[in-house]
Amino acid sequence: MNPNQAKLLKEVMAADFTLIDLNLYLNTHPYDQNTIILFNNCAQRARMLRNEYERLYGPLTAQNSTTKCPWQWINSPWPWE
Amino acid sequence: MWVYEKKLEYPVRIKTPNPKMAKYIISQYGGPDGELAASLRYLSQRFSMPTNEAKGILNDIGTEELAHLEMVGTIVHQLTRGVPADVLERAGLGAYYTDHDHAIYPMSAAGTPFTAAYIQSKGDPIADLHEDLAAEQKARATYENLINLADDPDVIDPLRFLREREVVHFQRFGEVLRIVQDKLAEKPYYVKKPDCMNPVFKR
Ligand SMILES: [Fe+2]
Repeated sequence: MNPNQAKLLKEVMAADFTLIDLNLYLNTHPYDQNTIILFNNCAQRARMLRNEYERLYGPLTAQNSTTKCPWQWINSPWPWE
Repeated sequence: MWVYEKKLEYPVRIKTPNPKMAKYIISQYGGPDGELAASLRYLSQRFSMPTNEAKGILNDIGTEELAHLEMVGTIVHQLTRGVPADVLERAGLGAYYTDHDHAIYPMSAAGTPFTAAYIQSKGDPIADLHEDLAAEQKARATYENLINLADDPDVIDPLRFLREREVVHFQRFGEVLRIVQDKLAEKPYYVKKPDCMNPVFKR
């Protein structure tokens, strides 16, 4: 993985992790309006980063991404490699 | 990593409880040929797969099996929801009720708790893929037994869907096996270079 791809992937991971953590918090604080605003902003930012990453480097999910031919989903590197 | 989607892969809407059927179907939740074993098997084996097709199939079927686990859990839940203790007892679920009430617990129809001993992860892709082909056939046969035991169309319909997915998985594993065999045949040595032949171990 080239350094630019690795850097952008790390940003996507950070943005998505923020959502994971806010998600858990909001499950037990469903009326916290300020955090909901923060969540929505973070969700939008995460989507932007994800679109940018996928445009440059291929799909992050098989089913919520579009692909060119040949099918890009199975390309290396897989996350454990 | 994984993301949860708040829907089933295929609808489960059971209107009539049937604890006796639940006692049998729980086997596809945590039994020897169940969906939990299937998912853990494929998601563990994928790390040692040698081609991208094989990695993709193990990863994605392992993921789909988790969706099947959820469907089977939903079936058992709907078959036992609101059923009083004495009715569960008469259906053979007295022991289950004692330990788990109306909860979903991964075990076989005969009551054996789930164990990782149901699966292998061998580090040898040919051995692993043969296990996977057998696992899909065993799961298909179990769903057929369950369909034979069931009489409610609300139960039979999702069981049929799950059975058909086993057939599709078997087909895809067969294709992967051929791809992997072709890849390994390109190399001068037999199925897989044993670790003992690796220079690292000679030092
Ligand atoms: Fe399967």
